[in-house]
Amino acid sequence: MPFKIISSQCTGCSACEMECPNAAISEKNGTFAIDAKKCTECIGHFDEPQCVAACPVDNTCVIDTSLARYKASA
Amino acid sequence: MDPVAGHRDRAGDAEDVREIIQVIAEHNGCGTSVDRGETACGSRAAQSDLPSAIWQKVKSHPCYSQEAHHHYARMHVAVAPACNMQCNYCNRKYDCANESRPGVTSEKLVPEQALKKTLAVASAIPQLSVLGIAGPGDPLANPEKTFRTFELVAKAAPDIKLCLSTNGLALPDHVDTIARLDIDHVTITINMIDPEVGRKIYPWIFYRHKRYAGLEAAKILSRRQLQGLEMLTERGILCKVNSVMIPGINDQHLVDVNKAVKSRGAFLHNIMPLISSPEHGTVFGLSGQRGPTAQELTALQDACQGNMNMMRHCRQCRADAVGLLGDDRSAEFTIERIMAMDIKYNFESRQAYRTKVERERAAQAAAEQEELSSLASETSDIKPRVAVATKGAGLINEHFGHAKEFQVYELSTSGARVLGARRIDHYCKGGYGEERSLESIIRTINDCHAVFVAKIGGRPRSELLKAGIEVVDQYAYDFMGKSMIAWFKSYLDKVESGEHRHLQRGAGDIQQRALNSAA
Repeated sequence: MPFKIISSQCTGCSACEMECPNAAISEKNGTFAIDAKKCTECIGHFDEPQCVAACPVDNTCVIDTSLARYKASA
Repeated sequence: MDPVAGHRDRAGDAEDVREIIQVIAEHNGCGTSVDRGETACGSRAAQSDLPSAIWQKVKSHPCYSQEAHHHYARMHVAVAPACNMQCNYCNRKYDCANESRPGVTSEKLVPEQALKKTLAVASAIPQLSVLGIAGPGDPLANPEKTFRTFELVAKAAPDIKLCLSTNGLALPDHVDTIARLDIDHVTITINMIDPEVGRKIYPWIFYRHKRYAGLEAAKILSRRQLQGLEMLTERGILCKVNSVMIPGINDQHLVDVNKAVKSRGAFLHNIMPLISSPEHGTVFGLSGQRGPTAQELTALQDACQGNMNMMRHCRQCRADAVGLLGDDRSAEFTIERIMAMDIKYNFESRQAYRTKVERERAAQAAAEQEELSSLASETSDIKPRVAVATKGAGLINEHFGHAKEFQVYELSTSGARVLGARRIDHYCKGGYGEERSLESIIRTINDCHAVFVAKIGGRPRSELLKAGIEVVDQYAYDFMGKSMIAWFKSYLDKVESGEHRHLQRGAGDIQQRALNSAA
């Protein structure tokens, strides 16, 4: 469930949208947002979360601590 | 913006576009031969040092041919927002309409909007010959949007050349698509071939679903760039290499880069000065990394000149630039304005314009050649520099006070050699700040012995003379090339007769101020 994008830092470049294996990312008012229900933290897909790795602004794609961590078995 | 409404707008665009394509298809069907970008008229103005197949490709590309940039315009469409790496000289968050540097755009376009914009510009600016995709991110990090745009434009406006500019990281994966879509010009930005240098320029890359940093990142990047370059040249696709000159980091190293890209078949090398100001928020801007001076840049370009063609007329344009290289008109073609435009893409009138331009270019080249032939018997080491105020078309047709830039040439018995364009602030701004601005223009062209203008006011004329710069206005509205040589002949005569003493002039204050858009 857990990554989110801090929209005030998002440049709207769409790099994360193209990399997300779950198609969980979409544009919302010029910046991008992650659908928490679809995010799997890239577990089972890649070694590192793709949105974090592709994002040009450090600390913009971050764990949403208000939600429980994703469990692969779930 | 309401996403649903936005969607509806796009659907509307698509319909418009279909209509335009229809009209153009009818045009194409009427027997006009449409061979991408090549004009019907002969190329008597062909550069003697280029094989004719290459000349056919570059003769109407303003970036690949210095001479073509007087006559033809290019546009960039900003359909590629994502990038796959970070460069220390780049920050894409910042955008200001007055800002002119790569990576900057005011609006992102979807491919259908980009097509409409291209057709709108092509209708309004007959000089438009090239559509480029250069960002604002990396075109090949957005392959679907990039190639979709090219496909649409190739179909609707087959007389427009396609070109793209990339950092090269993803290039080897897309070379076949580039070849298939008939994209015949590709620019790769290569700032190093030594990863130890690269690690100081690139903090990270994103490659094959993984982020790499430091030496490893630079190694992968360099390998991919050179591989991509080789693959393109093997397929006969013309490649230009851009390099950003960063004093103390890669300046000396760029001579090695030059040799490496030359040996891999690059056609043209464009060494550009680093643009770095704290307010751009780039790593280099914030760390106080300086850009090169005009002298440093010219010296490096000269050091590479023996190896291959060097581009010296680059204006380091934005990802949404429109128009002739020295005259950006992107503000006239915002999405909002394009949507309201009634676009009539007139293929015949565009072809007619090109025929006219080619006739004009041939006449200009012949006139220059004739003037030069009368210099054949002269031997002289004197090489004065001159600045020319021009609005394009190869003519001395700009008022000193209106010039946004000066084109600087070095004259010798072998002809006029371009050294670059020096951007300046508008001098005529209704009197505001005139004093300071005139002074800064003089500093900008301080290395020049003369300035060629169509017209000039009394005060700037006397200030220039005081600074030792001759004001030449007797060639107003005449051909640049021929006029410069004619003036050079009379200059040589004056020096020989002792009427004038030729002095080496000081350094030009370089375009840095304007390029950096600092102060």
